[in-house]
Amino acid sequence: MTARIKARVHVMLKDGVLDPQGEAVRHALGTLGFSGVQSVRQGKVIELELDADGPDQARDEVKAMCEKLLANTVIEKYDIEIL
Amino acid sequence: MKAAIITFPGSNCDRDLAVAFEKAGAQVVRVWHKDTELPQGTDVVGVPGGFSFGDYLRCGAIAAQSPIARAVRDFAHKGGYVLGICNGFQILTETGLLPGALLRNVGLTYVCKTVELRVETTDSAFTSGYGRGQVIRIPIAHHDGNYNIDEDGLKLLRDQDRIAFTYVDNPNGSVADIAGVLSENRRVLGMMPHPERMCEPVHGGTDGSVLFRSLIGMMALG
Repeated sequence: MTARIKARVHVMLKDGVLDPQGEAVRHALGTLGFSGVQSVRQGKVIELELDADGPDQARDEVKAMCEKLLANTVIEKYDIEIL
Repeated sequence: MKAAIITFPGSNCDRDLAVAFEKAGAQVVRVWHKDTELPQGTDVVGVPGGFSFGDYLRCGAIAAQSPIARAVRDFAHKGGYVLGICNGFQILTETGLLPGALLRNVGLTYVCKTVELRVETTDSAFTSGYGRGQVIRIPIAHHDGNYNIDEDGLKLLRDQDRIAFTYVDNPNGSVADIAGVLSENRRVLGMMPHPERMCEPVHGGTDGSVLFRSLIGMMALG
């Protein structure tokens, strides 16, 4: 039975890959007086709606999308939420 | 010698690249991103700079999934020569033809200026016209030129002498000052600087033309 399923993908730079944008945001927060911020990492959130035979199949399909296009696994990691 | 120059929506160095190949003696054929095959008899593919598909998602990510990218991958796997410049370099890393990835410049700014590069290896058709260690002047113009590769990958590049060019004064945070790398078979070169913009005296120098001339010359020798 096909259903319309919503999924959310979080894409982040892998730990250890320097994030110049996150670093700039951290610096700006410090300038604003948020002195306790030790680290900022910036990523992407991608929301999808897809037709699939249940959440398991949807997750498999979104995983394939991540591997092929949505993330560059050389530098990025991803996390999938089925909503 | 036939050079196929690819145009994606948002490419903006395709014509300059075509002229550089022509001046070096190649017959140039322009190829559209929706084409599924390279022209018969293609000897070298040029993947130009620009902002293919508006740099959406990641620089080069969408272009790497285009119909022509599959043909370029097959061509390279059969031992064809491929030159990717700037966005073309980003596209070649996204296709997996070259290792590593290009991240946002460490300074976060778009950097557009002529820089000094050191020729790290002369063992390739692209770099055989230079001297090892020679310093050349080539323009850069990019926002995402910060070359990233893990330690194992960097060791492999070094052990196999696959770093083609390094920056004398690192403008973008690239690992090991890397400006350009070669594939394992040394027939695919990706580089952020623009040699096609330094090919004629009116450009302010001709250091870039050496790359095109030596490439065309080496291919003529087979």
